[in-house]
Amino acid sequence: MSLSVALRHSFADFKLDVAFDSPLGVTALFGRSGAGKTSVINAVSGLLRPDAGRVVVGETVLFDSENGLDLPVHRRRVGYVFQDARLFPHLSVRGNLGYGARFAGGVDPVKFARVVEMLGIGALLDRRPAALSGGEKQRVAIGRALLARPRLLLLDEPLAALDDARKAEVVPFLERLRDEADLPILYVSHSVGEVARLANTVVVIEAGRVVRAGPTVEVLADPAAVPSLGLREAGALLNATVIGHHADGLSEVATSGGPLILPHVDAPPGTRLRIRIAAQDVILSIARPVGLSALNIVPVQIVSLRDGNGPGVMVQLRAGDDLLLARVTRRSATDLGLVPGLDCHAIVKTVAVSGADVMTLPANR
Amino acid sequence: MIDALTPAEWQALNLSLRVSFWATLCSLPIGVFTAYALARWTFPGKAIVNGLVHLPLVLPPVVTGYMLLITFGPRGPIGSVLEAIGLPVAFRWSGAALAAAIMAFPLMVRAIRLSIEAVDPKLEQAAATLGASRAWVFATVTLPLVMPGILAGTILAFAKAMGEFGATITFVSNIPGQTQTLPTAIYAFLQIPGGEGAALRLVVIAVVVSMGALLVSEWVARRLAARVGS
Repeated sequence: MSLSVALRHSFADFKLDVAFDSPLGVTALFGRSGAGKTSVINAVSGLLRPDAGRVVVGETVLFDSENGLDLPVHRRRVGYVFQDARLFPHLSVRGNLGYGARFAGGVDPVKFARVVEMLGIGALLDRRPAALSGGEKQRVAIGRALLARPRLLLLDEPLAALDDARKAEVVPFLERLRDEADLPILYVSHSVGEVARLANTVVVIEAGRVVRAGPTVEVLADPAAVPSLGLREAGALLNATVIGHHADGLSEVATSGGPLILPHVDAPPGTRLRIRIAAQDVILSIARPVGLSALNIVPVQIVSLRDGNGPGVMVQLRAGDDLLLARVTRRSATDLGLVPGLDCHAIVKTVAVSGADVMTLPANR
Repeated sequence: MIDALTPAEWQALNLSLRVSFWATLCSLPIGVFTAYALARWTFPGKAIVNGLVHLPLVLPPVVTGYMLLITFGPRGPIGSVLEAIGLPVAFRWSGAALAAAIMAFPLMVRAIRLSIEAVDPKLEQAAATLGASRAWVFATVTLPLVMPGILAGTILAFAKAMGEFGATITFVSNIPGQTQTLPTAIYAFLQIPGGEGAALRLVVIAVVVSMGALLVSEWVARRLAARVGS
């Protein structure tokens, strides 16, 4: 089951005109605030009626302006997790969780138990929303949406209203959701870190238009997408497998470009990982350097170079089957004679890779 | 000083309670609907509807009573119809209830409207995305959240109905056992030389009933507020 969205809508101050497909799994709608991301999911949910367009989930048409079809919000069965949770203050957590189920044939106790377990909210069931922390509220809101038997899930920056500690508390549950939910999930975000962590597909929206769309790994490794993602946030994703853990607290992982040494990764050998390596943390060297404190020296080939607005150049590198991005100055690129096709070495400090940059993937992907 | 009430006093108290009860009960659904419409809908003539609802608040009660008399009186356009189908209201306790309901209506609508406006429409949107139709959203989200406001409006309307005087005496007169409520009975006693003692007893009854209603409503409101988590 996949989601297909095409929308046009004129607001007072800007026009929305987007079209994209979202396969099973998490599709991130990425963009700055005001780019129109939330308008897109409001239109998918039916809370906003666009001027024109078509929204289809699997075989079900939710909206089709050409045929005058506009399913009312309550019949669309979209699970909407709002930025501000929006739990019902007069119902307990249990009452909130069961709210949608009564319109979808009643609460299924097995599914209820599974969702409660997955989100770790078993101890909260008899509490009122007023007595929950921000992270707990957001987890309950996710459970409430899931238990309404939705055709798809819409998450509108579910982490934006939380501080870092609360974010760290919710992210693992979102990862489980990504791995266990068998429905399309639209995830609105303006954080590259979240996108890298959670999304299989990313749709970049700027000023109401889709400027880039594709698998997250490809989009994040594309120098052309860097201006949309933000220079400091730019960084490619590497697929890796845990090889083992060393006595000095470091972990060794295998990538298609060779082994990497990382700070301790809390996962057993054989676990598949995705590692985000920020472009500004990669140093390029023509010759293989010696006497260097950095532990990771990966042989790479330059694929392309792209000038930015400032003094920097974004270099796309091939490391085995994976792509890396490195941000260097134009002066260095000229001095070193960097051109596409050139073989060189990418240097990555072990400590530059933080825990937030290492994501665990489920075994079956 | 309060011995057992005299039959006349009982009659006035009983009638006042009956008039206020029915006035409040019958106007409640209309009041909730009107408050919801004024709070949430935009429609042509909204300002006029709002004005009409509030008119009894600003008109001299005797004017409202006179307008009721010419509309619902035996020869009035609506009164004659009610007469024909055997439901006359003029000079009946039902007429007193009608007058009380109309005089209390603006107070009820104002209280309920305020509490509906305080309900975050985002919660109603969330309920809709979870599969609730408009009617279900109203019944399961809006209504429980505005319950304290509805209660406040109801108590206010009941108190106003208990105290209504001008429109009642103009519309249905002051007939003991038929239309003589507590206020009109007090007025009647004050017109008789030596009636002050009887009037004072009725005043005490009025104070006790009103105070009791207020205390009960406070208690219920606090419990409701705790339930909706505010």
